[in-house]
Amino acid sequence: MNHSASSISHDGAPLAHVVPVGVLLGVFAALFVLTAVTVAVSYFDFGAFNLVVALGVATVKAALVALWFMHLRYDGGLHAFLFLTAAAFLGLFLIIAMFDSVEYQPDVQAWQQRAR
Amino acid sequence: MTGPNTTNATRGRDGDNDPQLAHHFDTPRRQYDSARLGMWIFLVTEILFFGGLFCAYGVFRANNPAIFFDGHLFLDKPLGAFNTVVLILSSLTMALAVRAAQTGRRRSLVACLVATIVCALIFMGVKGVEYKQKWDHRMVPGQDRIAHWVSGEKGPEPRKQFRPDESYVRARLAAEGFENLDQEEYDRRAARLGTFMGVYFSLTALHALHVLAGIAAIFWIFIGSIRGRFGRQYFTPVDLVGLYWHLVDMIWIYLFPLLYLIH
Repeated sequence: MNHSASSISHDGAPLAHVVPVGVLLGVFAALFVLTAVTVAVSYFDFGAFNLVVALGVATVKAALVALWFMHLRYDGGLHAFLFLTAAAFLGLFLIIAMFDSVEYQPDVQAWQQRAR
Repeated sequence: MTGPNTTNATRGRDGDNDPQLAHHFDTPRRQYDSARLGMWIFLVTEILFFGGLFCAYGVFRANNPAIFFDGHLFLDKPLGAFNTVVLILSSLTMALAVRAAQTGRRRSLVACLVATIVCALIFMGVKGVEYKQKWDHRMVPGQDRIAHWVSGEKGPEPRKQFRPDESYVRARLAAEGFENLDQEEYDRRAARLGTFMGVYFSLTALHALHVLAGIAAIFWIFIGSIRGRFGRQYFTPVDLVGLYWHLVDMIWIYLFPLLYLIH
């Protein structure tokens, strides 16, 4: 048996990809910076884009975690397919649940007028 | 049995002397891949589990954003940001733990798992401080009834209504520029606050339960790592617990801006 490889199976083929420490530290640094960014931008008003910016930064962070910490980048496409299917269904549920929100928009706009 | 496996059955499998290889797998590689696939399917169900609460959040926020604008004023942004950093740090130490297991570094594995558990406990401690603050300001939905049940006192059940500490709520709103609210406007805002706290506690308490389950799971592999169960050829439990822990981190990555950073 070959013990020289860092992560091996009995037939010598690697069991899993070993992510270099530098890459993991880099991902952590990016997550830290993006956390600071999302807190910082919460003090600025982008109007209707506030939620888009917050969710955009969160999604970039989630992608960093999934791709490197969870090894999705090194796996075959099956795990990514499962993950994205769940995300797609969650999106579908949200859209269907929020279908009738249009009905409430007059109230929402009245509140926004008062708040500004 | 027919098929390609019969040859293996006659000549003996690759890992016949491997105690970690279950009899129905040909190779450690296949066993490892199957375990990971199973874990990913579980993670999918977890995403959809939280999905119900995210739907509730979406409906409330789309139909009445005032709930969230008022409500987030009562959350502690610095504590939330601190907890976010603690959790991403714990994700890093977990990823390093998986790496240490893969490369057969036992001491490093044990150290990384301890660091991950410490981060998780800090997260729960901060969460506890935040929950205590909410309780002290009477902002936990159903608080009077909870206190009544816990005390075990006899007598009529207290009211169900959400009645936060009025002087605190008024002071907090005044600090944000909403001063001298008349009673009708105050009551409207207090009712919104009740809805926000319901959403906040549902989402964060379900997440906190996952953190607790994660701590138990990491503790389990920590015991295993001390006993030398894991090495370069067998690290599946470390890997799977890692996947679970990263998902818990990922959900918090969304909860933090959705609850604390509203404007």
